[in-house]
This record gives sequence, C-alpha cells and structure tokens, in this order.
Amino acid sequence: MAEEKLTAIIVGAGPAGSTAAYILAKEGHDVVLVERGTTPGSKNMYGGRMYSHALNRIMPGFWEEAPVERPIAQETVTFLNGAQSVSIGCGNMDWTTGPYHSFTLLRAEFDAWLAGKAEEAGALLACGIRVDELLMDGAKVIGIRAGEDEMLADVVIAADGVNSIMAQKAGWAKVFSPRQVATGVKQIIELPAETISQRFQVSGNNGAARLFVGDCSNGMMGGGFLYTNKNSISLGLVINVGELQRSQVKLCDMVEDFKSNPHIAPLIEGGEVAEYSAHLVPEAGLAMMPRLYGDGMIVVGDAAGFVLNLGYTVRGMDFAIASGEAAARTVMEAKGRNDFSEQGLGRYVDFLKQSFVLRDLEAYRKMPDFLENERMYKAYPELVTGLASKLLTVDGTPHVHLLKMVIDQMKESGISLIQLARDGWKGAKSL
Amino acid sequence: MKRPTIEQLLGVDKFVVDDEQAHIKVNKEICSTCQPKPCTFACPASLFTIKNEELSFDYAGCLECGTCRVVCPNAGVAIEWKYPRGGFGVHYRYG
Repeated sequence: MAEEKLTAIIVGAGPAGSTAAYILAKEGHDVVLVERGTTPGSKNMYGGRMYSHALNRIMPGFWEEAPVERPIAQETVTFLNGAQSVSIGCGNMDWTTGPYHSFTLLRAEFDAWLAGKAEEAGALLACGIRVDELLMDGAKVIGIRAGEDEMLADVVIAADGVNSIMAQKAGWAKVFSPRQVATGVKQIIELPAETISQRFQVSGNNGAARLFVGDCSNGMMGGGFLYTNKNSISLGLVINVGELQRSQVKLCDMVEDFKSNPHIAPLIEGGEVAEYSAHLVPEAGLAMMPRLYGDGMIVVGDAAGFVLNLGYTVRGMDFAIASGEAAARTVMEAKGRNDFSEQGLGRYVDFLKQSFVLRDLEAYRKMPDFLENERMYKAYPELVTGLASKLLTVDGTPHVHLLKMVIDQMKESGISLIQLARDGWKGAKSL
Repeated sequence: MKRPTIEQLLGVDKFVVDDEQAHIKVNKEICSTCQPKPCTFACPASLFTIKNEELSFDYAGCLECGTCRVVCPNAGVAIEWKYPRGGFGVHYRYG
C-alpha cells in the first residue's frame, strides 16, 4: 500500500465516513476510505428514514441524483394493546416538496452512492478490507493495519459504526452496558408500489412513517417501526438489550408476532420477505459517548453514539452526516496548522456544538432516562387504548362520567395519579 | 402471510461464509455454567441454540449486529467476537 503519508484514513464507508471523505477529497486532500464490506452499504442497515437537512447543507438538492425511495408525507405513532389501538397522526404536504423533510431510503444503494460521491471527488475507496489494528506512536494514532498491510496518515477518522473497533482499540470507548444499546431487527417486505400508496393513503410517490409502542415489544423497553419504500415496506422492532437479557421470547419470533398483530397484518398482507437484517443502536446518548478526539484520531457517527430517539422521532443518519462534516472541517484546520495533536483536533467539539449534533444531544440528555420507564411500554398504551375504546363504544350500558372513566381505566392499567403526574412532568422536562 | 422459520428468513439473505475462520467463538465451558443463556433468545438470527443440553453456536448466518457480545452475562470471556474478515459475512442488498 501507499508509502507516502495520507491526510486521513477513514474507517467505514457509511454516511459519516463518506461525508468526511467527500468534503476532504473535494478540498484536495489525500484520503483513503476503507470499508469492510465488498461494496459500501452492504454491512449497513437502519430503520428506514433519513431526515434531509444535514445532507442538503452539504449537497444541496441531493435527492435529484441520490437513490431515495419516498418522501415522508404522513407520520403516525400507534399504541397497541391486544384488539385495541390508538393512532396519532400528522400529515404535512410541505414535507413532500423541496427541500424535502425526510426520505425513506435503502442503505445498500444509498451508502454506495454517497461513497461514490467521495470517490468522484478524489477519495480512494478500498472495499473488502477489515481494519484490524490502530498503529500507535505512544498515545498517538498514526495509522491502521489491515492484515499484513499498514497505512499511515495525519489522522484516522473512526467511522466504523456502533461496535467501533477503532475506538475500543484506542481505549477510548468503554464496553457498553446492555441497557445502553438496543437491537434493531428489520424485514424488507416487497409489495407493488400502488398497493403501498393505497394502503397508506398517500398520493403518488409519497410515503408514510409509523412508530408503534405497546404489545410489539412484549412490555419491554422498545417499539416497532414501519416505513414505506417504493416497492417494499421496512418493518421491524428495536428492543433494549438489557431487557432482552430477561426475555423468554426469541427476538426473531417477536418480529413474526408483530407481523401477525391484527393492526399490522393487513398492512403487509400479500407481501414477500426480501431481506432480514439486524443492527445495534446506541441509545444512551451522552452517557455512552466515547472520547471523541485525541492525538491523531476523531470518532464520528454511530461509533461516537450519535443517535437520538425521542420516541416519536428517531435520528441517526443526519447526526452521522453532520459529524462527518465536523470531522472534515476539523482535519482541514489542523492540516493548515500541521497540528494533529489532541489540542489541534479539539475544534471538533466546537464544530459539533455549532451544528445540531451536540446541541440536540445535550438538549435532550434526559430523554434516554425518561424512556427507561417501564410504564411507557405497557401501562400507558393500555391506558390510552382502553380509554379511547370506552369513549367510542356505544352499547346501551349506563352513562359513566368521563372523569370516573379515566380513574377506572387508570386503576385497570395499574397507574396511580402520582405516577401519572410525575411521569408527565418528567416527560415535559425531557423535551 | 405465512409465518417463516428463522432458517427461511436467513435463506433470503446473501452470505459469503468464511469456511476457514469463525469470526465469533464461544467458550462452551463457561457457557455450561450460565443458567439464563440470554443469547439463545436475543440473537436475531437465533444462532445460539441448546443441543444435547449444551450451547451450540453456528457463525454462518450471523447478521453482525453484536447483540451476543453485549447481552452475554459473561461478556468479554465467554464470547470472542470479531467482524468477519474483509469480504466475508452478510451482504445486505437492501439494508
């Protein structure tokens, strides 16, 4: 491999790594983007939707050429409880014209496209290579080793995903505890485009995004998701690993149970499973963040734990892209001063704070703790669905005052007034 | 929709199995002392199973999520976890 020293070696051609490579290469820096899959994206999966803002800042109008599936026009959160369900939905047609608010997209195609943009800009893309070790000079990262090959650079950008081997090898990431991560599992279910548009009541190529809470996680911390692609539906579950430690139901069976749930089955009826995938999701936010930079290395994307789940929005790709951008800007400044020491790369945190990445993670720092509340996954879905069902049932039985109905349903769901007030206050504060 | 088995689900995925090197190795002695064996429930590909009262593991079919490494009560000692060598393992066509 190359004898001369590169500006940056970027480990991982996901959205964070490819964005960093694209920006650096465009500015004329020598960068190598190393990917362990035979093509970029072939190791990657996620729920199904990317919020557009981060990439649109870097590549305005990217959707004109990027392989995106459907712009999301409809957002729905659904509480599931046996035969009952309650959905809260929001449609906004402004989301479906430029600048599109969010798109469903498939990672194998999209990540390959983004890495291709980095290549076009002049980055060298090396696929099918697993990076085994960091090369160190004392405490300074000076390059990587993959098998017998060694490569040196001013800086290594660790964009190698949630199980970041780079951050662990540097001793920057602690082994995460089970409660800090969740396992996401997904099936791609193929259906004709017109069938999808009809079932989800969206016009043309518009799409729908749905999140589910309640039965789908068997009372465990987690939930379900559904995103519409052009010719397929992305359907799956995300369950906290700490909860999985005491689960007596196999995760793969939980997905099938979810598919046969009476509120889900009609949506996927007649579909064919085209892929089954799984991935860890860093969920603890700031609490699990590794050291973000040090002598000769910067950590970006999932490797840095940059994911934000608020229960009604789930974000990862926009954080990955913006952190890749912040890393690239940091490296360019460091190159100007020829200082890749910890101090020289310290601007990374400034850039992350200037963008939404650290700002949002800090603003919502109480959210992971709030979502640990077990009542969110069983008692509250029961309360909401039970109450709505009673309100909407007409069967000739005597009138019950609404307040009594609420109090009775709370008793049935095992929620006290104090708990409700406390959880409501905590939730309001977290947001 | 007919309920597929996990074998059928993994059957639709594309894998390039590394016949020479297992990327995940399980220490069966330690696992024999583990009562709950959460890996048998948590692995999305259900690759950890009990056969003849012993933990059995097959690395082919691994979706490379890393759940086993985190869910294991003997994390760090019972499971030796790596990604497959470059070019091997699962190859998502959708993701």
